[in-house]
Amino acid sequence: MKLQQLSLFLENRPGRLGAPLETIAKAGINILTLSLADTAQFGILRLIVRDWDQAKAVLEDAGWVVNLTEVVAVDVLDRPGGLAAALAVLEGAGLNIEYMYAFSLRRGDKAILIFRFEDPDRAIKVLLDQGLHVVDGEELLNLAS
Amino acid sequence: MLTELWNDAEGGFHPASAPDFLPEQALKQVQLRRLRAVVARAYANVDLFRERMQARGLTPASIQRLEDIQQLPFTVKTDLRDTYPFGLFASPMSDVVRLHASSGTTGKPIVVAYTREDVGVWSEVMARTLACCGLHRGDILQNAFGYGLFTGGLGAHYGAEALGATVVPISGGNSDRQIMLIRDFGVSALCCTPSYFTYLIERAAELDVDLRTLPLRAGIFGAEPWTDAMRDHIEAAAGIKAYDIYGLSEIIGPGVASECSAQAGLHIFEDHFYPEIIDPETGAALPDGEEGELVLTTLSKKAMPMIRYRTRDITSLISEPCTCGRTIRRMRRIGRRSDDMFIIRGVNVYPSQVEAALLAVEGTLPHYQIILTRDQGLDQMTVEVEVTPEVFSDKIRALEDVRARLAKAIEHILGIRVALHLVEPRSIARSEGKAKRVLDKR
Repeated sequence: MKLQQLSLFLENRPGRLGAPLETIAKAGINILTLSLADTAQFGILRLIVRDWDQAKAVLEDAGWVVNLTEVVAVDVLDRPGGLAAALAVLEGAGLNIEYMYAFSLRRGDKAILIFRFEDPDRAIKVLLDQGLHVVDGEELLNLAS
Repeated sequence: MLTELWNDAEGGFHPASAPDFLPEQALKQVQLRRLRAVVARAYANVDLFRERMQARGLTPASIQRLEDIQQLPFTVKTDLRDTYPFGLFASPMSDVVRLHASSGTTGKPIVVAYTREDVGVWSEVMARTLACCGLHRGDILQNAFGYGLFTGGLGAHYGAEALGATVVPISGGNSDRQIMLIRDFGVSALCCTPSYFTYLIERAAELDVDLRTLPLRAGIFGAEPWTDAMRDHIEAAAGIKAYDIYGLSEIIGPGVASECSAQAGLHIFEDHFYPEIIDPETGAALPDGEEGELVLTTLSKKAMPMIRYRTRDITSLISEPCTCGRTIRRMRRIGRRSDDMFIIRGVNVYPSQVEAALLAVEGTLPHYQIILTRDQGLDQMTVEVEVTPEVFSDKIRALEDVRARLAKAIEHILGIRVALHLVEPRSIARSEGKAKRVLDKR
């Protein structure tokens, strides 16, 4: 149920985002979604890709420090209050969200969100218990193709 | 014969090392005899030395005891620049068989000369250095010091040959080939700068070569100051013993002093290089054990004698006996040079202090660079630190925390505010020789 997310350290200056993306593109790896978090000085590029292990290898060969994290994809109704309802479930269970971002593709009337939880296994259990849909890697790949 | 009595603690044997074990009185006799000869030679052949001695009313006959050396004037680095290129030579060019020169980062380089006899002494002290580091005939030494005008490469080369070891004269750079040869040749010892070796460790890991599983057992590191923490890192990561050696071109090149198996200070080959410690402010001689600037006199150099040369290196002399059995005195490892030091907002700072702070936070030493700038008349110190896999996280907060802890550790040691920037891996230039830790843009 969990997805593997790659994170890269980037300096916050013009042109830095292009280099790792080019490395991945050259290896023929498709990016399913990405998010960029930044401070005044540096940023963290987070990627969900097909073939994360291959992507990690080519990035590390090119000299990047790559971190591997497990994240959870959840789909919520794409209408006002859809996300709030999902968050209410998580909050009720006392689950800590480190950060979240949206997946670039929609599924019907659902939007897919990527969550980084402190405890992904417990989060998945709570989400399933509450009847929310956790999207697994296979489904995401099918959506993107 | 003394030369036949001596044996090395680590099983090697090299007759040239005999003077390392001279009884104190015998050593002092050798030193006094050679000191008188070198002062006479400098006085007779080098204008600068003669004029300075005459100005103090001294002649070679003024040197009756070893302590009389304290009456002699100092020589400083600018004396070599001012007399560029050949002004301090005491031999005609027809007797000089070799010239070396410093890299000359500012203006003219410093030129040094060797007669055939000088090259022989240099080979001897470098053979003694390598024997001190436990090397002997049968060892394969990969010499990654740069060959050329820099004294490191050829100095280690001649010493290794004099010892009877097998030299691989690879010189500096070409790291992938360095690693290939270490593995394929079964290299047992390697010499280079400590910063370059830490890069080789990094590169070997990328190439999936585990240095700890190879025959490599000794690293002979010199040409720049390095910390004990850096030694611990090198020894653990490469599975070797890391020895500190010391030398400078003005005196002879590498071969002035070396650590032994005890790794507790560097034995100075004081039958050839007479050491003193002085107060760098007043020039007054300090007793053994007290910290000050190292001053060296070449006792046997022919082409270019140096009388009381101020090295700018800060250390102290250890006269207590060493567990290895050598009787020649030791000096503490050089942690800092008075000219590595920079002053920022009135505070004296040594790069080694910044290094200690980074090590304390990260556990290993990351690549870093200190950048000094001046903004509206105010000095700023920025430390750039490369992000390592050990500290990298997908969470902004965790990285901000690392950044803050690094900055705080440095500020705690130096007592001044610094800007700390995390930068991408490999964005700071790697050196194949001496690491450039400080970029002064003021």
